[in-house]
Amino acid sequence: MSEEELRIGVYVCSCGSNIGGFVDVAAVVEYAKTLPDVAFATGNLYTCAEDGLSSIRNSIKENNLNRAVVAACTPRTHAPLFQSTCEDAGLNKYLFTFVNIREQCSWVHMKEKESATEKAKDLIRMGVARARLLQPQEEVQIDVIPSALVIGGGVAGMSAAISLADQGFPVRLVEKQDMLGGFVRNLGYIWQERQEAVAALKAMIDRVKSHRNIDLFLSSKVVSVDGFIGNYEIVIDTKGKQKRDNVGVIVVATGALEYIPEGLYGYELYDNVVTLTEFEILAKNKKLPKMSSIAFIQCVGSRGQDKSYCSRICCNVTLKNAMNLADNWQNMLGLEEAGKAVEGVSVEKAVPDEIAERRRGRRGRKEREEGGAEETAASTPKLDIAVFNRDVMSYGVEHELMFNKTREKKVRFIRYTPHYLPKVSLENNKLTIDYWHDTLQMQRKMTVDMIVLATPLIAQPDATEISKMLKVPLGQDGFFLEAHVKLRPVDFATEGIYVCGTCKGPADIPEAVGQGMAAASRAGSPLARGYVKPEALVAYVDSDECSGCGTCIEICPYNAIRKTENGLAEVTIAACKGCGNCGATCPENAIIMNHYTDNQLLSEARAALQEVKE
Amino acid sequence: MSEFEPKIIVFLCNWCSYAGADLAGVSRYQYPTNIRTVRVMCSTRVSPHIVLELLKDGADGVMVTGCHPGDCHYINGNYYTQKRVELAQRLLKLTGLEPERMRLDWVSASEGEKFAHIVQEYVAKLKELGPNPVKKDKKLVTRLDAAIDASREFRLKVLTGKEINLTTKGNVYAEILKIESLEDIMAKATEDEYRNSLILQLTHHKPYSVKELAKEIGEPTDKTLEHVVSLRAKNMLALDHIEGATPKYKAIVIGGA
Repeated sequence: MSEEELRIGVYVCSCGSNIGGFVDVAAVVEYAKTLPDVAFATGNLYTCAEDGLSSIRNSIKENNLNRAVVAACTPRTHAPLFQSTCEDAGLNKYLFTFVNIREQCSWVHMKEKESATEKAKDLIRMGVARARLLQPQEEVQIDVIPSALVIGGGVAGMSAAISLADQGFPVRLVEKQDMLGGFVRNLGYIWQERQEAVAALKAMIDRVKSHRNIDLFLSSKVVSVDGFIGNYEIVIDTKGKQKRDNVGVIVVATGALEYIPEGLYGYELYDNVVTLTEFEILAKNKKLPKMSSIAFIQCVGSRGQDKSYCSRICCNVTLKNAMNLADNWQNMLGLEEAGKAVEGVSVEKAVPDEIAERRRGRRGRKEREEGGAEETAASTPKLDIAVFNRDVMSYGVEHELMFNKTREKKVRFIRYTPHYLPKVSLENNKLTIDYWHDTLQMQRKMTVDMIVLATPLIAQPDATEISKMLKVPLGQDGFFLEAHVKLRPVDFATEGIYVCGTCKGPADIPEAVGQGMAAASRAGSPLARGYVKPEALVAYVDSDECSGCGTCIEICPYNAIRKTENGLAEVTIAACKGCGNCGATCPENAIIMNHYTDNQLLSEARAALQEVKE
Repeated sequence: MSEFEPKIIVFLCNWCSYAGADLAGVSRYQYPTNIRTVRVMCSTRVSPHIVLELLKDGADGVMVTGCHPGDCHYINGNYYTQKRVELAQRLLKLTGLEPERMRLDWVSASEGEKFAHIVQEYVAKLKELGPNPVKKDKKLVTRLDAAIDASREFRLKVLTGKEINLTTKGNVYAEILKIESLEDIMAKATEDEYRNSLILQLTHHKPYSVKELAKEIGEPTDKTLEHVVSLRAKNMLALDHIEGATPKYKAIVIGGA
């Protein structure tokens, strides 16, 4: 085998115009043909499409190739596809090399075709240098414990748990609060059938509670996770009582919180200025103050004001509430007779106890003195609803229809820009909004009885803790980061751990449920198969070189190295994860990191330093 | 002549920095074409000698990137990365090559913009430094060879690998070392090993007297003699011949040169 003549195939992808538009693919292919041991080189419009894949399979067979180099997008998404294509053609998947000329070349050098082409050539030369030194590896098979851990009992977590349990796998569902339901429990009516949120949840909660495959842990936290796909050792803490358990896969569904708009638009300064979620709670409990006018302010604290992102769902939630208010749905305004015009109602100034209590409870805040504003009477014949917005993002078919309907109901949509934010103050004991009218190009004033601030969903503060425990990444805004935003939306890059719901970013209920089911389906596949084959990236100790100093045993994060009877180091293959720390540490240089050997890394990097002869 | 374009090798860890570099692409953040990336599973895999070899081979800069401290996919691999980079930079300082030619940075999977920014900054920095002088300086090559040998030495590797335990759990006598005193030991050991390696590199091809060696390694004659004595005791250096009254030494090469 070692004496076998090297025959390398190089496949350069144009990715439509994603690569081809910025790199001269034909020139790169011609160059690849000149590289040592390259027996075959071709360009593809889309290497990942069926004709590209079959060109790989056929050329390997026809040309007796024993190494394959694909220059295309990123191994993080496409390596498994090309590896299995190589295997189809009888080539060990560890004889395949991925060269990234899209994310790390064409897309970052879009204005310099010549040097981008040179870079692509260099990268392929490096890949070929690496391919020449690759050795086939055999993967070990590891059994998967057929059970799952779901962290978080909101709609996403419950959907995932039910879906996994329905597939027949035992599920441990861990929820830190003392009841199921998560964020949705705050909501009043969920559109568009105007069903009570609690009623909709109840069906789901009953399902979870009665399912024989679901073990429910309320008021509980996962405090430690060890191991790898197929066999995680977990510890669940329920009010100080700890339970050890083993599961095969983990689904993260820890949800999100609402942003607290401290210091914005008179929040906590004036009564009757509440967040959208607080408004939902008031509406649900029929505790809305008597009012004749109300204003919603959108994008409070989001889209650059504090948080950078758009929370997506708030426009739709505001539209739903505006619609319900306009219709006085289920007499949410507390009128004598539903649907009748409001006459001479007075504004209840004090923030209802429930909301005050909720605000105090947050971060152990001290009790505030309630404002003693005097009651004034206002008389308007109907309820005025205004929505201050930067743009209304009522994405999707149904939501856009709702937007149109609210306009038919004479809900006023007033646009503001980040340069002229509306200002909220109290004038003559009336909540007053000072704003710049963009269409009229003039400063305007509006008095209202209540202001609702649409604040974004934000990441849970304990997401950091969970991310460290599971070794999965968080994005810039503190939400969990999936393996690939488009192609692997519910996977983590780490095999065996999946993510769904608002812990990976704002989502509405159907989206969270859909993600929960998707995560369950992804998590279900290793459980159903019963085994996994982790990558054969493991360290190997050369016993002739090892002196038994034990340094590698001290540094291995997975206790995957032990001393044998004759005092030398030995790697436990199933426990080794292939970081290569021992390989770089070994004082005797006796540890070889398979597939990432010193020689392979050096040859790959050195190839970049060669001067190209044209 | 066109402007100097540095060639930079960037090692990216698979879990954070590679994803960060991908995100730079997905977000279309543009940066100069000077970098050539090499993917490793963890930044901890990059041994100091790999970096030093690449600088010897003429790379204008080598950058190692990994997950932020505390976020390592392999729990604490990046802690050791930092230790290894410190060692490589100490050795670089001894060779006289600018330590800035080796750079360490943390790039998470969500920091595409940061990655592009780091590349821009590093390319600018290396343009300022100019081309790697190794191509025109034979003596620097010898010194880098000595640094490479030193980085593979038992003592330095053990000290790098055992730092956590030595400063938390203690040594075999259960003495817990202070991190500062360990760093002093490390600094001294690095200098020692580097000078030993340099003596061996120099005497590999032709015999040297102690005086000549002292001049080359930049140490007083008595200190140099100590190195020579210890290398002779380890059977790595031998008396070659005596010139007048001056003994000249040559490295012992096992298995032929």
